[in-house]
Amino acid sequence: MAGKPMTKTKKRGIASLGTLVVVAAVYVLMRVFIASGSLSAYVIGMINLCCINVIAAVSLNMVTGLMGQLVLGHAGFMLVGAYATSIFAKESGMALGASLPIGLVLAGVLAAVTGLLIGIPALRLRGDYLAIITLGFGKIIEVLARYFKGITNGAKGYSGFPTFNVNKQPDGLFSYVFLVAAFVIFFSYTFGTSRHGRAVLAIREDEIAAENSGINTTYYKLLTFTLSAFFAGVAGGFLAQYVSIIDPSKYDFNFSIEILMMVVLGGMGSITGSVISASVLTLLPELLRGFAQYRMLIYSVVLIIVMLFRPKGLLGRAEIQVIKPFEWLLRKFGKKPAASGKGGEGA
Amino acid sequence: MSRKIELQVEDLSIFFGGLVAVDGVSFHIKKGQIVGLIGPNGAGKTTIFNLLTGVYAPTRGDIYLEEKSLLKYKTYQRCQMGLSRTFQNIRLFKDLSVIDNVKTAMTQQMHYSMLSGVFRGPGYRKEEREISRRAHELLGLMGLDEFAHDYARNLPYGQQRKLEIARALASGPKVLLLDEPAAGMNPTETAELMETVKMLRDRFDISVLLIEHDMNFVMDICEYIFVLDYGRIIARGEPAEIQGDERVIEAYLGGDALDDEAEDA
Repeated sequence: MAGKPMTKTKKRGIASLGTLVVVAAVYVLMRVFIASGSLSAYVIGMINLCCINVIAAVSLNMVTGLMGQLVLGHAGFMLVGAYATSIFAKESGMALGASLPIGLVLAGVLAAVTGLLIGIPALRLRGDYLAIITLGFGKIIEVLARYFKGITNGAKGYSGFPTFNVNKQPDGLFSYVFLVAAFVIFFSYTFGTSRHGRAVLAIREDEIAAENSGINTTYYKLLTFTLSAFFAGVAGGFLAQYVSIIDPSKYDFNFSIEILMMVVLGGMGSITGSVISASVLTLLPELLRGFAQYRMLIYSVVLIIVMLFRPKGLLGRAEIQVIKPFEWLLRKFGKKPAASGKGGEGA
Repeated sequence: MSRKIELQVEDLSIFFGGLVAVDGVSFHIKKGQIVGLIGPNGAGKTTIFNLLTGVYAPTRGDIYLEEKSLLKYKTYQRCQMGLSRTFQNIRLFKDLSVIDNVKTAMTQQMHYSMLSGVFRGPGYRKEEREISRRAHELLGLMGLDEFAHDYARNLPYGQQRKLEIARALASGPKVLLLDEPAAGMNPTETAELMETVKMLRDRFDISVLLIEHDMNFVMDICEYIFVLDYGRIIARGEPAEIQGDERVIEAYLGGDALDDEAEDA
């Protein structure tokens, strides 16, 4: 944790390539496993849900972690995306393989536009005020979804849109959601280390100093907020696919808080932290099913303990590189290390 | 020697309710000049900085940078136009690395698109390499390069002040506003800072306006001094004139305080 901040070295290129190889290998292996039928539909579902929550958490981390602005209406953007993807899939009449990618982009764009509209007035405010406004926004979206019954089928839930058949195509959703999750992680990391990302981090650190360093804080806040809404919309689109019905009351304040919890627990500003804690918090309630009525109690206690002993979250602001364990293996058994640990992010 | 006027302030005033914080202040700074702004606590010195950088809008008066009025521009635009500052209580990006603090202030000098940044396009690589080189150069100049990859918050106090100056320089200013740069520094550090400020002025061909309570510092480094009291300029002149000015000694320095301070060094 006391490591040095990110540095750029030439070794990073090798490390990125290594990470790409590892991620691709995991993807191929998973698809082989799923196709071979060695994983049950339940396990595949859990993996998909993890990926969806990772997208949601990493996208929220962009605003809350990197930019330091508290947002309590992330589920609202997801709901917009959920409807966009599902309605498009149903109404376009295209095969799911074609309509899903288009629908997801549509979901992102619609959520981003919503984000822009809410962001223009809301981002003038700082800290708590922004949290309250986004809280209100999340509620409004949920209420609107229930009100426009003609489009959304209201509180009864929107269903009947095409989804992947788990029996015929067990890896259908996985093949998309994993790649998108990997892309969102990649995007959020490279964005964070570009000139735009530095400006965003500066806003988190000290908005007044950022403004006095020539940074158009309003622009960068809107940009990040919109990007975050875009990916939240995509996550919502996937969630609708996973659940195969959209119940607007599920995309409520509690859900927003759940995603926020993933970000806080992983360490605000740490992308890999969000990934790990999103996965853990998705799996934990499932793994604890055996304990029946105690499971939510254990879940809560875990949260309290983590916050007591690691108030900055599991990883703080540090990142873990996927390639690290492999480098270690190489050093131990191989001839020479592919990339030294120095170029990485202390974790 | 007649030099170009870089920054001009005319009849600058701001009232907070009934309080007249700055009242009809007019002055100008020529290119390459180091000018001091002194005065007792609460005289309105930092308020003038805030007016210059656009934190407050003046009740009356105008500010010109290279003959262009700044009033309609926002803080970040004024910085891009060439007016950058440091703060009385240091405001660094504490959880960023030292070099990223500097690079952040260079954001507007890079032009690659967001997508180029995300996908590491040629624009990104070329500009980041260039910015990295310049940032290291600037840090080297300030004697901070060895800390380039440390967190800013881990720097000792004096180095943090230097880093703040480096960051202010990174945005390419024409006029540098320093708010109490020597505050909290020991005499050795202060002397070092004096040399640094002069060196930066010569090297970057900038003008400097500084607020400072350390009289040795001000008298040594400034070509010209304005004395502010209750929001008005009560005296102006070269250091020797200010030191001998009755009104200044009475209103601000309090009798023979100046002589005492001068002997301290």
